[in-house]
Order: sequence, then structure tokens, then C-alpha cells
Amino acid sequence: MSLPAEEIAAIRANIASRKIRDLIFTGIGILCLGIAMMTIAALFVDMLVTGWERLRPEFFTEFPSRRAGQAGILSAWVGSVLVMLVTAAVAVPLGVAAGIWLEEYAPKHWITDVIEININNLAGVPSIIYGLLALGLFVYTFGLGQSVRTAGLTLALLILPVVIVATREAIRSIPQMIREAAYALGATKWQTVKDHILPYSMPGILTGIIIGLSRAIGETAPIITIGALTFIAFLPPAPITDVAPYVSFEWLKAPFTVMPIQIFNWTSRPDPNFHQNAAAAGVILVAMTLSMNALAIWLRYRLRKNIKW
Amino acid sequence: MNTHKLPPTPAKVKAETKNFNFYYGDFHALKNINLQLGENQVTALIGPSGCGKSTLLRSFNRMHDLYAGNRYEGELLLYPDDTNLVDPRVDPIEVRMRLSMVFQKPNPFPKSIYENVIYGQRVRGVTKRSVLDDKVEEALTNAALWNEVKHRLHDMAFALSGGQQQRLCIARALATDPEVLLFDEPTSALDPIATASIEELIHELKKKVTILIVTHNMQQAARVSDYTAYMYLGELIEFGVTDEIFIKPKDKRTEDYITGRFG
Amino acid sequence: MTPSVAASAARPVSDRLAKRASRHVKERIIEAILFAAAAISVFVTLGILYVLLKESFVFFSQVPLWDFLTDTQWTPLFDDAHFGIIVLLSGTAVSSFVALLVAVPIGTVIAIFLSEFASPRTREIAKPILEVLSGIPTVVFGFFALLFVTPILQWFIPSLPGFSLLAAGLVMGIMIIPIVSSISEDAMRAVPMALREGSYAMGATRLQTALKVVFPAAISGIGAAYILGIARAVGETMILAIAAGMQPQLVWNPMEPAATITSFIVQVALGDLPHGSVGYNTIFAAGLTLMLFTLVFNMLGFWLQRRYRERY
Repeated sequence: MSLPAEEIAAIRANIASRKIRDLIFTGIGILCLGIAMMTIAALFVDMLVTGWERLRPEFFTEFPSRRAGQAGILSAWVGSVLVMLVTAAVAVPLGVAAGIWLEEYAPKHWITDVIEININNLAGVPSIIYGLLALGLFVYTFGLGQSVRTAGLTLALLILPVVIVATREAIRSIPQMIREAAYALGATKWQTVKDHILPYSMPGILTGIIIGLSRAIGETAPIITIGALTFIAFLPPAPITDVAPYVSFEWLKAPFTVMPIQIFNWTSRPDPNFHQNAAAAGVILVAMTLSMNALAIWLRYRLRKNIKW
Repeated sequence: MNTHKLPPTPAKVKAETKNFNFYYGDFHALKNINLQLGENQVTALIGPSGCGKSTLLRSFNRMHDLYAGNRYEGELLLYPDDTNLVDPRVDPIEVRMRLSMVFQKPNPFPKSIYENVIYGQRVRGVTKRSVLDDKVEEALTNAALWNEVKHRLHDMAFALSGGQQQRLCIARALATDPEVLLFDEPTSALDPIATASIEELIHELKKKVTILIVTHNMQQAARVSDYTAYMYLGELIEFGVTDEIFIKPKDKRTEDYITGRFG
Repeated sequence: MTPSVAASAARPVSDRLAKRASRHVKERIIEAILFAAAAISVFVTLGILYVLLKESFVFFSQVPLWDFLTDTQWTPLFDDAHFGIIVLLSGTAVSSFVALLVAVPIGTVIAIFLSEFASPRTREIAKPILEVLSGIPTVVFGFFALLFVTPILQWFIPSLPGFSLLAAGLVMGIMIIPIVSSISEDAMRAVPMALREGSYAMGATRLQTALKVVFPAAISGIGAAYILGIARAVGETMILAIAAGMQPQLVWNPMEPAATITSFIVQVALGDLPHGSVGYNTIFAAGLTLMLFTLVFNMLGFWLQRRYRERY
């Protein structure tokens, strides 16, 4: 069997016509990535241009006001920080402990299966449902009120699956031989976990926590649902006081607002001057979430580079 | 380095490597290979694992182009048109349209038996039903699978047994009328009965096509091939008529290998 | 054995045993604590179901289920109250449909491109960009939909109202692209290299290999990506609450404003509705409906995802 020259020419023509399609698809692929990139760029530029005038130091130190030009985000960013403190304080220990149990302790048992399926499902529950949970349970049944603690708790539950999944993945990447080495030296299970598993998986867990918190800080719907106020012209009581015992937890019970709610409120007003405020606050919120995400990506990158089991 | 010419036989040369080298990044995997494939002959590549036999086989249809950092050097000529298959100016797709390959493990596509066989035709843009139907019957018949599957051509290929799947992959490779058929340890994942049927098939196929086969099994090389090449550490140590290689090898290293002293 | 040796050996042994007992108790306590943390996630689900079912029960004791399912008006806060959930569902369906029309083709193309075409370098640049897209708060997307995308759309379609499902759906679609593309890409990368080699060895081009072999082989994982994308669209709240308007009306036309299940809940929560009123209970009935839908989609998505993981 041999190929005459004209047949080879036919093969080449066939390939050329097929390769044009490859080229066209590459173009479409780049176009689609371009759409994603252009959207991000447009969103940034639009918000920066709209909000530029309001991005002044006073914007951070003023309370919201009826006059757009004098309004600021003081109560919003303080509220966001306080809510995040509660969220982290609840979600981190719970999520990490649950992740450790599932990876290191969980027996092969239907209870384990139920917990696993359950966590998968929780990760897909819309955030507004968590708001309804908080409204029905925390606000009215437990009487926690429309307070910082309710919001923090709600967002903690919301990001719990993120922290659990990240913890499990980080732990799973530790090879079995590390555990065996620890056990061989007479360590108990908990000693193995505390001295080896946890420290070695820390960067991965940290990445998950940061991504979880960056999601929580931008969440709006569940906070609206529990009935957060949108106009707060005061700050929660300070956590440090000048009378003994010098610490106070009154701020947990205080009414509050957070950055995304402030943005939502300003966006929904018909007066375009408030849209400037919304844009400026949006720039700050996006900068906050993106820098958290960048930190997480950087951590993950370093982790991949440094540890080679 | 001595060149290994075909011993004086009636065979015409179908393909030839001339001072062929191959690199995985910095690793020099194939060193100055000179080898000729006789037309309508079966040539077997044997040697211990890691000797480069699969690497050489996969150079013939430019499989290494799929991964970054690989480099060919020298010539790998296909006759009668003297095309250098590893010339960067030659499109790997063109090479693969002329040389077919059967892999170590059966790798049918997640499609029907029918669609698997005519995949090569579909890829080339053939749509005429009658042409395709004929091709399917011809290729499956040549792969000795037609009688077993003719009533269920539209079943999924995964439903076949391992040996049948491998014969399906052979049919798939045959359906494009290749000039050379490359086998990469085609029976290593099969049981002895399936292996025997594939070997028998290779015997039949050489009437139609030139065959290059990599095998880790020396008995298999002895059974199916006309010529055998022994490779070791990326070099071609000895090449000759199969019977001679196995009965009176010229090189000490070949002898050590085929008498089972190592490998 | 001399007594002195026995005596010196005996003490450490009993010490060790004593220590072992206390160690054992400590280990059990720690394990119990860790288990409790894992079990809390189950209580979150139970809590959600309890709240939704309890309040919905009150709701359905006043509004017949039949009316809820068949009425074509949704006016729970009016004197002439109607509770046709189909109205809110229509808004949710139309906006999700628009979003999928954007996210499925673009997300799939990006997945194929990144998995089969792009160089590792391109992938390293593109993936963080997609992560940025999924990291932007939805309230910001809402702002963008209302104040940037809507005016642009009005430029092309002058009759488009200031609030529309179209603008919200488009932006929602862009937001969902990373979900579709990353899950699809994972599924395609899980396809064994042997199949790709088989295709390339037949003389196929990249596109042919991608479309005829890799895509069908990964189809269950890609299906999972689409379904999880739908689940996300159905549950999305803020973009719709900001840019789609909140008028509850039965719609099939994306050029109109309409309320969805989620934006209705926001609307009620923004008002001052007394705890225990029917209006208060409606949001839980709406929430229960939403929960059922997302539960079905998520289950289906996970099931499909597990199927491809088992296969390869």
C-alpha cells in the first residue's frame, strides 16, 4: 500500500480545513474568557468612576446621612468587622473540629454518611434560607434579637461547609506515613492530630477560612432577612471599657448594619447622588473581598510550592 | 554504532529511522536508532522496561507531540514518498492519518461499537452512510470481531470483554486503511485466550499492512514477528531475522536478555 | 529474677497503666467534642427544616395548599390576598433561564478551552480571573446590573424598563460562569489520557478530540455543572432584588420586571411585618418552596458528579 502524491495532497487539504475549525474555536474560547474579563473590568471601572468623588477619608469616618454628600460608611464597616469577629469565632473551631472528626475519627457507619451528605447539601442551600433559619430560630425562638451576634452566628453557619471541606482536603493531602510515624513513637490519636496533622494542614485550612470569611463579608440576603437596620447613626458599645473588668460584650447585642446592606440601601434610592456612595462603598467592599481572595490564592500557591510529600 | 540493515530478504522497506534520537526534556531517551521496517512484515521491539521501545513506537505517530518538552532529532522516513515523519514541518495529524496505533490497554471511546470503528472516518469528514457501513463490516471482519458483534453494532463498546475491546480498537485502527500499524504491548492487559486470538490476528493482518509491535513477552515476539529488534537503555543493540535473534544472538547483552538472565 | 529487679520494674508499669487510663479518658472526651462539632452540621439542616415547616404549617392552616399551587396572583399583603406561588416561580424560572443562556455556553466553551486547548500558562492566568468573578459580592453585581447593564441594554432596546429580569438574568449568568466552567473542567480533566491518545492517534484534531471524545466521556460531570449552576441561579437573591424590580406578576417575558421567590423574601424582610402575621408566614412558605427546588437540583448534581468520579 503506498500513497500517490495527489492522495497526500488530499490528506493535507482535509487537515487544513479541519484545523481552521480548531482556530475558530480557539478564537471563541478567548472571546468567552474575554467576556468574563471585560465584565470584571467594566464593573471596576464603572464603580471607581462613579464613586471616585466620595472616596475620601471622611467617607470612612462619617455615619450615613440624609444628605448623600455627607454620608459615610463608619457604622457599616465597623459592623462588618464586628460581625466577622463573631463569624470567625464560631465557624473556625466548629468547622475545623468537624473536618478533623470526618477525616481522622469517623468510623465507616451510616451516621458518617449522613453527616457527609448533609454537609454537601448545606453547601448548596441558598444563603437567604440561612436568613430564614436565623429569623425563625435565633431572632424569635432564642430571642437573640436583630443583633451583631445573630448576624455573626448566621454567617458562621453559612460558611461552615466551606471551612469543613477545606479542612478535610488539607488533612487528606497528608500522607498516611506521617500518621504511622507518630503512632509508632507511641503517640495517641489526639497527640498525632495536634502535633502533626493540624500544623501540617494549617495553610490549607487557613486558605479555606479566608475564602469562607470573604464570602461572608459580602453576604447581604441573610442579613436583610433577619431584619438588620439600614440606617444606623451610632456605633455598638466599645468592647473595651474603663471600668472593671475592662471588657464588655454589650456590642454583641447591639443593632448594627454592614457594608453590603449599606450598599444595597444606597443603590435602591432613586437619587443618583446616593449611587455615588453605593459605588464608593462597593469599591471598598470588593477591595476587601478580593484582597482576602488574593491572600488565599497566594497561600495555596505557596503551599503547593513548599510542600511536596 | 553499527547500522542495522535488513537482512537480504525479498521485503521492501516501508519505513526507516536514520540516526534517530529522542529527548524527554533533558533525558536522552533514544540514542541514534537505525532501524528498518520491511513492508508487510511484522517487526517486534523487545527489551527490559524503560529501554525505550514504547518511546520509539510512539515516535512513529508523533504521540510525543501531545506533551510539552519532548524533542525528536534525526530522521524517521516513511516510503515510498520519503516523508520525514518527525520533521516539525510535517503535521502530526497527517502522520497519524497514515499510521494507526493500538494501545497497551484497550481504550474504546464511550460510544457505540459502530461509532468506535468509524471514528477515523468521522474525523476525516466522511458522512455517507453506505461507505461507513461497508467500512465497519470490513474493519470488524479484518479484526475477527464481525461475527461476534454484527447484531449489536449500536451497543456501547464498554459492554464488550477485554479481548473484544482490544479487537475493536484494532478494527478502529484498520478502518482508516493505515500504511503502518503500531501495536504498543497490545496483549499486556488480556488473558491468554484473548492474547492468542490477537496474535493470530496479527499474523493475518501483515498480508495487508506493515506492523511494528512492542512486546514485553519474548515468546510473543518469537511467535508473531519476522524481524526482532532488541533495545537496551535507549539503544538499539541488535536487529535481525527473528529466528536468528532468538537462536543465535550476536550480542552478549541480547543473549543475556533472551535467556532470562535479566530483564 | 531478684526481688530488686522486680520491684524496680513494677512501678513504671503500674505508672504507665495509670497514665494510660487517664489518657484514654482524655482521648474519648476529645473525640466526643470533635464528633459534636461534626454533628452540629446536621442540626443546622434540622433547624432549617424545623423553621420552614413550622411556619409553613401555620401558613397552610390559613391558605389552602391548592390555592398556593394554582392561584395566578400573588398579593399576600393586600386586603384581597392571593397566594399563587406560581407567580414567584415564573420570575425565578425566567431569570434563571436567561442566566443559563449566558452561563452554559460561555462556561462550557471556557471549560473546553482551558482543559483541552490552553497552555498551562494561560490556565494559570485564566483560573484566578474566574475566581475573582465568583468572589465579587452579589450586591455589587446587583449595582452593576441596575446602573451599568440596564442603561446599556436600554440603548439597544429603548422599551426596556428600568427594572427587568433580562438585565438581572444576564449579570447572574456571568456570575455563574465560574461554577459551570470549573466543575465542567474538572470533569473533562478526569477523562483518562488514554482516551485522548486514542483519538489523536486516529488523526483527530484538538477540537474533534474535545467534542467527540472528551465531552461525551465527561457528560455526567458537565451535567452536574449545569444543574449546580441552575441551583445557584434559583437561589440568587440580591441581583434580582436590586435590578429586577419586585412586582409580583406572572411573566414569561424577560423584558419585564418581576419578583422572584428570593426577592419577595427580601421585600417582606425590608418592611415592618409583625411576627406571627400571615405575611410573616408567607416568606417561610416561599422559602420552603425554594428549599425543595434547590435540594432536588443539588442532590441530582452531586449524584451526577459522583457518577463520573466512580467511572474514572
